[in-house]
Amino acid sequence: MWDYTEQVMEHFLHPKNVGRIENPDGIGEVGSLACGDALTFTFKLGPDGRIADAKFQTFGCASAIASSSVLTEMVKGLTLEEAEKITNRDIVERLGGLPEQKMHCSVMGHEALMAAIANYRSKGKVPAAAPKTGRIVCTCFGVTDDEIRRVVRDNNLTTVEQVTNYCKAGGGCGGCKGQIEKLIEEVQGEKVRKLRSHPEPQPRKLTNIQKIALIQEVLQQQVRPAMRAHGGDIELIDVVGNRVLVAFRGMCASCKLADYTLKEIVEAKLHEYVSPDLTVEEETDTAERPAAGGEN
Amino acid sequence: MERVIYLDNNATTKVDDAVIEEMMPYFGQWYGNPSSMHSFGGRVAKSIQEARGRIAELLGCQADEIIFTSGGTESNNTAIHGTLAAYPRKRKIITTRVEHPAVLSPCRQLEQQGYEIYELSVDRQGRLNADELAEVLDDNTALVSIMYANNETGVIFPIEEIGALCRARGVPFHTDAVQAVGKVPIHLKDSTIDMLSLSGHKIHAPKGIGVLFVRRGVRLVPFILGGHQESGRRGGTENVPGIVGLGKAAQLAQQYLNDENTRVRALRDALEAKILATCPDSMVNGDRRNRLPNTLNVSFEYVEGESILMLLNQFGICASSGSACTSGSLEPSHVMRAMGVPFTAAHGSVRFSLSRFTTQEEVDFVGEKIGPIIHRLRELSPFVKSA
Repeated sequence: MWDYTEQVMEHFLHPKNVGRIENPDGIGEVGSLACGDALTFTFKLGPDGRIADAKFQTFGCASAIASSSVLTEMVKGLTLEEAEKITNRDIVERLGGLPEQKMHCSVMGHEALMAAIANYRSKGKVPAAAPKTGRIVCTCFGVTDDEIRRVVRDNNLTTVEQVTNYCKAGGGCGGCKGQIEKLIEEVQGEKVRKLRSHPEPQPRKLTNIQKIALIQEVLQQQVRPAMRAHGGDIELIDVVGNRVLVAFRGMCASCKLADYTLKEIVEAKLHEYVSPDLTVEEETDTAERPAAGGEN
Repeated sequence: MERVIYLDNNATTKVDDAVIEEMMPYFGQWYGNPSSMHSFGGRVAKSIQEARGRIAELLGCQADEIIFTSGGTESNNTAIHGTLAAYPRKRKIITTRVEHPAVLSPCRQLEQQGYEIYELSVDRQGRLNADELAEVLDDNTALVSIMYANNETGVIFPIEEIGALCRARGVPFHTDAVQAVGKVPIHLKDSTIDMLSLSGHKIHAPKGIGVLFVRRGVRLVPFILGGHQESGRRGGTENVPGIVGLGKAAQLAQQYLNDENTRVRALRDALEAKILATCPDSMVNGDRRNRLPNTLNVSFEYVEGESILMLLNQFGICASSGSACTSGSLEPSHVMRAMGVPFTAAHGSVRFSLSRFTTQEEVDFVGEKIGPIIHRLRELSPFVKSA
């Protein structure tokens, strides 16, 4: 049972400004059904250039609904320049606090507001569901390096666990925790660097057997957990030179990663941990597996 | 909170008053150590034997086939690790994708240590296919561990068929039956089950007590080492009040088995019908024809589980959700995923689990409240294109 504040419960039980404004000046959509929470935020400006009305629709838990509700109250009467200065921290403060593991709800509210403002400023050219910028780090929840840097900066985060609480990254299979750690160091610098010391992986020349073993290990430890978390699986069929033949199993279709093919994710992992020369190929017909070592 | 309507009995149950009464003297009065060489302790040892007999009667087995543990999790861990230790040359375990974490977690850890873990899949109704087991059973298999009934959906697996396949291959078969005991008739004497886990707090006994049934002749290396308790099969001074309480609970479970399968089942069916009738875009998860009589898992599309639970909680209604909205596990439960329940529905799955204490009035009350709650949350949801 979550220890929600009175303000959170009030906004959850009696949410303000529910709905969707007809012909809004700005609209922002974040999250997805697959990720377990999603928010649509719309606003309309008054003649004085201030936000005259704001409405939300949210699919999510109590704190997601409360964060959205309180946000619509906070932005009313503000100019866009003022609204832009709101961070997820302000949302949390207005709610009298959120449980650590629910911080991502406030971040989602903030993202929706930013998306709606961008949508307005670009006169609709930036779509409501703005395309993500940056490189996907957390493959389970589709979180990019740009998003991680921002929550680290805005909330002065120093640990991977905090980052997971604030934007979900690392909360699925956990395979990206090392990369999140690096991003924290990049943003926070010396403050966190001396807390840990990880040796950089040394580039090395691999024999064929070492290469195959390492590919197996990376698939097993870095890729399979993510796939399994989504009800799918991956199997290594063969390695021919620098071509890695794999087969995908199960359901991985209905998630955020639709934009990023599984092949690209696997390839990125193998480039990072094994060798940048590898290419991944998907074996679609597993009934006819190539004979071991066979060139075809 | 004033009124509590407890429909979360697959999580834990109310300890029966008769069980508490039976336990009470074993705290302040008969507190002796059953292993002691005085009659004060010896008296306690007798009570343990009595409890063992009552449990053996519920399960239809011999009293010496009962090992007391601290609960379902320990029973499962003991069955897995104890069997592997007995067959050190065999390196494969077969289980399912929908097991409880008390089986899946040890298996996944063993996988890291080099064991091969094969997880059988389930279909959209949460049913297991015994043919898949037949295909993957081999001489390298040390253990097959498959739950009797699923905790989230209540779907009952074809346990005897599975056991027969294992027996034909000479592979030990363990079943996690913590949800099934007391709801499904179990007669181990004529069964193909080699080991069975039972948990006290799921059958109106207290938390912290459980049983692992190990059939005579089944090889098992002790998992918790210590004294010679439980005939050397589980070290540690016995949880005497817990054991005595479990004995009473087992006796009651046998008495109420019929009630669970008639009255409780009818209440569950009534709740199910009411929900499906009053909540559009809702559906039952799990095979409705082959389910525990007390369990109902419903998906409400386009709304999120925690929100539903929080609003039910406003009325004192306790249920649980297959969707845990914490940053550590934002994804729907592994059971819903294994069944291929679409994300739109999996995040909004709610489990109602009844018990012999559930009344018609309570079920009517929940049936009345759920419709407006779902309607209200859908009004908030961006995924519902309503007028």
